[in-house]
Amino acid sequence: MSAHSMQRIYVFKFFERFWHWAQAGLILFLLLTGFEVHGSYANFGFEKAVGYHTVAAWSLVGLWVFAIFWHFTTGEWRQYIPTFKKVNAMFQYYAFGIFRNAPHPFRLTTLRKHNPLQRLAYLFVMLIVGPLLWVSGWFYLFYDQWSAWGVDRSLSLEWVAFFHTLAAFLMLFFVIVHIYLTTTGHTPLAHIKAMISGWEDVETEPTPATKQP
Amino acid sequence: MKRASILIALLAGASLAAGAETQPAALAKAGGASTADHSRFIELQKIFNSGPEVTKACLGCHTEAAKQIHRTKHWTWEWVNPETGQKLGKRNVVNNFCTAVPSNEKFCAACHVGYGMENAKTFDYGSETAVDCLVCHDTTGSYKKLPGLAGHPAYKEIEYPPKSGKFVKPVDLGKVAQSVGKTSRATCGACHFLGGGGDAVKHGDLDTSLKTPPRYLDVHMDAKGLNFSCATCHATQGHDIPGSRYTPTGKADNAPLMRGRQNQGNPATCQSCHGAAPHKTKARLNSHTEKIACQTCHIPQFARAQPTKMSWDWSTAGKLTPDGKRMTIKDASGHHDKYDSNKGDFVYESDVVPTYAWLNGKVKYTLLGDPVNVNGVTKINEYLGSADDGQSRIWPLKVFRGKQPYDLENGSLLVPHTAVGYGEKDDSAFWINYKWEEALKAGANATGRPFGGKFDFVATEMSWPITHMVAPKADALSCTQCHSRSGRLATIDGVYLPRRDNNRLIDTLGWLAALAALLGVAIHGGIRVYLARKGN
Repeated sequence: MSAHSMQRIYVFKFFERFWHWAQAGLILFLLLTGFEVHGSYANFGFEKAVGYHTVAAWSLVGLWVFAIFWHFTTGEWRQYIPTFKKVNAMFQYYAFGIFRNAPHPFRLTTLRKHNPLQRLAYLFVMLIVGPLLWVSGWFYLFYDQWSAWGVDRSLSLEWVAFFHTLAAFLMLFFVIVHIYLTTTGHTPLAHIKAMISGWEDVETEPTPATKQP
Repeated sequence: MKRASILIALLAGASLAAGAETQPAALAKAGGASTADHSRFIELQKIFNSGPEVTKACLGCHTEAAKQIHRTKHWTWEWVNPETGQKLGKRNVVNNFCTAVPSNEKFCAACHVGYGMENAKTFDYGSETAVDCLVCHDTTGSYKKLPGLAGHPAYKEIEYPPKSGKFVKPVDLGKVAQSVGKTSRATCGACHFLGGGGDAVKHGDLDTSLKTPPRYLDVHMDAKGLNFSCATCHATQGHDIPGSRYTPTGKADNAPLMRGRQNQGNPATCQSCHGAAPHKTKARLNSHTEKIACQTCHIPQFARAQPTKMSWDWSTAGKLTPDGKRMTIKDASGHHDKYDSNKGDFVYESDVVPTYAWLNGKVKYTLLGDPVNVNGVTKINEYLGSADDGQSRIWPLKVFRGKQPYDLENGSLLVPHTAVGYGEKDDSAFWINYKWEEALKAGANATGRPFGGKFDFVATEMSWPITHMVAPKADALSCTQCHSRSGRLATIDGVYLPRRDNNRLIDTLGWLAALAALLGVAIHGGIRVYLARKGN
C-alpha cells in the first residue's frame, strides 16, 4: 500500500470518540472491579471493589443515556444495521488475506464506517451483552427492593449472578479480540489513532497496482 | 457444701457491683425524674422481718403490681407456646446446664421473683405477698437471695454455706425498701448474668461485665456513653417484659417504633429503633437486612469479656478424692473449673465465633417424655427457620453441648435431684451422696415420671440466639468474612452468596474462552509479525 493512494476522512466525531474512550475505560474498570468482587483475584479489597464497581456502573449508565440520545438524534444508529454481505469475505480476510497483504474487503466511508463484522460484533455487544449486564446488574444492585417490587418469588439471585457473570465473560472476550483487531489497520496503530483524532486513512481506489505487495 | 459458695460469691459480686449503680436513685432524690422519695414514706419507715412484709407495704400503694407479676413468666415459671402447645417455662423445660428445676426448687428459687417456692407444683401462685419486689427494684446492691432459702434473702445472720465458717449478714430490708427504684443492669443481671450456675456460664452474651461495660463490649450499655439499662430495649409495661427466648422475633418488623404508630412489634429488637435501613453511609449494607439479622454482623464473637461455658458432660460427675470428698480441677486459664465432682466436665471458651442459622422465631423443645436421639445428638431446643419461609433471618447462635441422663426404658430425659435446701439433710440429692440412681429417682418423683432405675447419658445440644454485647461498628464483620468460599456462612443454605456460590461451570468456560481469545490473537498476531519481518 502506498501513501499516495490514501485519503483522510473524518469518521469519528468528537462525542463518539469521547463516548468510545470513556466507555472503554469504564468497561475495563468494571471488569477489573467486577472480577475482584467475583473473587477471581485481589486488588482493591472486596468492599472497595463493590463500591467502585457500583459507581462505574452508574457512570456507564449515564454515558449510555447520552450515547443513545446521540445515536438517534444524529441518525448514527444506522451504522449498526446488521448486514451479512461480505461477512464471509471479512472472515476470509482475517483468516488468510491479512497474512498476504490482500486488500481489505471493506472500504470505509463516513456513512459506512464499520465493516460488516464490526457491525455484527458491536450490535451483539450493544443489544445482547450490554443489556444482559445492565438488567442483571440492576437487579443485583437493587436486591433489597425485590420484595417491594414483588419479584422476590420469581427471581433468583443465583440466576441474576449467573447471567451477570456470563455477560462479563462475553464482554471480556470481546475486549480481547477488539483490542487485537485495532492493530489490523494499514499500520498497527492506525485505528487507534483514528479513534483519537477522528481521522481515518482510507484507500481511495483499489487498483491492480496497489494490490501488489 | 462448697458448691454453693461459688455461686454465692458470684451473686454477692453481682450485688456488690450493683452498689456502684445507685446513681439513678440518688439523682432522683437530688431532683431527678422520679416524683417519689420512698425513704420518706412512713409505710416503709419500720422494721421488716421478712420479704413478704415489705411486699405488703409496697402493695399498699402499688395495688396492681402483684397481679401484674402473677401474669408473667418471671412468676409462673410456666408458659404454653400457643404455636406448638408445648408447656415451657422453668418449671417444665429441661436444659443441658443444671438440667431442671423440679426437686431443686429451694436452690433454684434464688432466681424466682417470689418468696417460698419450695416446690413448683405446690407453690401458691395466687399469693400477692409472696411476690418479691425488691429483687428487681433494689438500688442498694445489698439485697441478695441465697440459693437454698427458696427465694428468701437472709433475715438473720447465718453460716453460709452451712459449715463453711463464713457468715452472711441479714439484709436491711427497711433500707432496701426505702431505696427502691427502677430496674438496672445490676438487678436484672443478678440472675441473668449468672444463668447456668455462675458468671457468664449460660448465655455467652450476658455476664457481669455488662454491669459497667466499656464501649467496645456493648455500644448501647456503654457505661460512659449511652448507658442503656436492660429495660431501655426490653421496654416494659405492667411488669410484662418483652423479648423472650421462648418466642424470639426471627424477623423483626422493619419499621421503627414511633409515637402514634400502631405497632404490636417486639420493642426488644434492633429494628424497633434502627429500622431496616440503618446504614447511612454504606447504603449497600442495607440490602443485607432482609435476610441477615443485625446481630450476625454486629456481634462478631460472643464471650468477648470473659469465657462462657461451651459444654458440660454430666456423665463424668461423681468422681471423688480418695477420701471420698468433692474435688474440682481448674482449666488452663486457672480461673474456671474443667472438672467438678458435682457437675462433671466443662469446657470454657472466649471470643467464640457463633454458629449461624435461619431463625423465624418458632422453637421446639425436647421436654420430659419426648424421645431422645440415642444414636445422635438430641436437640434440647431447636430454632426453626429457612431461607424461603419469608419469616427468617440468619442469626448467630451459641450452641451449647452436653451429656445428660436419660431413661433407658422409656428413652426420655431424666431430671436429677441435685441441690438441697439450706441446712437440709437429704441423702437422695446428687450433690450430697453422688449416687445417680437415687438422684434420678428423686427427680422422677418430683416430676411425676416413671423411672425403673436404668439410665445412661445422651449427647444434647441447646441453642442460644446471640443478641447482646453489640460491638462498635468498626468491629462488625467485614464483607469477606461471609463473602468467601469458606466464610462464616459456609453452611447456610437457601441463599445465593456472591463469591461463595459462584457458578463453577460458567467460571471454567469463561476463563477458557478468555484464554482461547488471548491465544488466538497471540498466534494470529505472531504470524503477522513473522510474515511482515520475512517480507522485509
